[in-house]
Amino acid sequence: MPLAQLIEAALFTAARPLTVEELAMLDPDASLADVRTALDQLRETYDFNQHGVELVELAGGYQILSRPAFAAAIERAQFAVRVQRLTGAAMETLAVIAYRQPVGRMEIEEIRGVSASGVLRTLQERGLIEVVGRGEALGRPLLYGTTALFLELLGLKDLSDLPKTEELAIALRPPEPAVEDVADAAAYVPAES
Amino acid sequence: MSEALAAPETPSGTISPTPGFVVELDAFSGPLDLLLHLLREEQIDIADIPIARIADQFLRAIHSLGLNQAADYLEMAGRLLRLKVQMLLPRGSDEEGWEDPRAELVRRLLEYQQIKEIAHWMARSAERRSEQYPRGYLPPPPELPPPPLTVDLLELLQAVERVIAAIPAPVLHRVVPRPLDVEGATARLEALLAERAEFDWREAWGPEPNIANLLSTLLAILELARRGALHVLQPAPFAPLVIRRDASGPTH
Repeated sequence: MPLAQLIEAALFTAARPLTVEELAMLDPDASLADVRTALDQLRETYDFNQHGVELVELAGGYQILSRPAFAAAIERAQFAVRVQRLTGAAMETLAVIAYRQPVGRMEIEEIRGVSASGVLRTLQERGLIEVVGRGEALGRPLLYGTTALFLELLGLKDLSDLPKTEELAIALRPPEPAVEDVADAAAYVPAES
Repeated sequence: MSEALAAPETPSGTISPTPGFVVELDAFSGPLDLLLHLLREEQIDIADIPIARIADQFLRAIHSLGLNQAADYLEMAGRLLRLKVQMLLPRGSDEEGWEDPRAELVRRLLEYQQIKEIAHWMARSAERRSEQYPRGYLPPPPELPPPPLTVDLLELLQAVERVIAAIPAPVLHRVVPRPLDVEGATARLEALLAERAEFDWREAWGPEPNIANLLSTLLAILELARRGALHVLQPAPFAPLVIRRDASGPTH
């Protein structure tokens, strides 16, 4: 039995992305390298034969997803509903947590300049962040980190898929040497509609 | 991902620089966001913020806020006013040694701007990802508010009765005076001491060995021992006390 088909069957039944290690459990004779080869085969099959689904690497694993081109038709027919969008405040909070994790509420509030408890609760309820420990500071504050669901939501393989801070328009540098570049970037007019 | 970051969208709230403007603060996610918007509107160089002007605009913008919402903005308003004052102080002739009091604010603004850009990038990633569905996707059930409570008066009264019935009757603790009779015990001990050189302390409990008599006897023994009238021995742990008249014996 070809491993690629076995993996296809498993990915079809799973409700979440499956890791290479999990997929290797399907066949005791299969090595991790075999699984990766089979995954490549599966992806090529879907792409070459122009299937309506594709194999996507997501949140440290693999998942079969419908292609974006069909999203509108699927939604029109109400076979599926888009996940609710996060508010700007929630996204900003997620961004702080994603880059600074493990991070406490105080630091998040300091960076965003607003209280964060409500947003933190919402993100926790949606399973996008979790408590990963306690800080050393007074009162041993809860420290938050992002979850696998966060990666799934954004379609990321892992946290290294996030933009590198040096790639951003403004880096988190002390303002002294950066003032010249920064001034231009800060006065931009948004180009995107 | 190497895709260049696009500029975040301007919040839909608009602030005109002239007085009598309309602010939609809901469009801003906080004081730093509002501040960045003001700077952008005025095409102000972030490295050289005219604090006095921006502080006034900021205060006007938050003027209409309710107290709950204002809390997050007031701290920044205070900070801006302090900066405004600091900027008015004479700097002296030595420009080199002058530390720009705005540096901390600039750092926070830059930091926040970067967070906003990342958040914007993340929102677009999520948008792209949401165009792809896994098999058998079930939309999350909408969050329904709890159904309104419908009770009639009778049910309410019955509930009240159940609650009242469940309240335990207050337990009153009666304190009964049980005066210790140390004098009586002392008399008993002295009588026994006069009779015998050594005896078991239980013999001094009196006719009715209740807790009051027992305590009275113990207090009397301790008092007499303090006066040197007797010695107290305990041959083994938890063994009954032995009272001895003889002062030469070992004491404990």
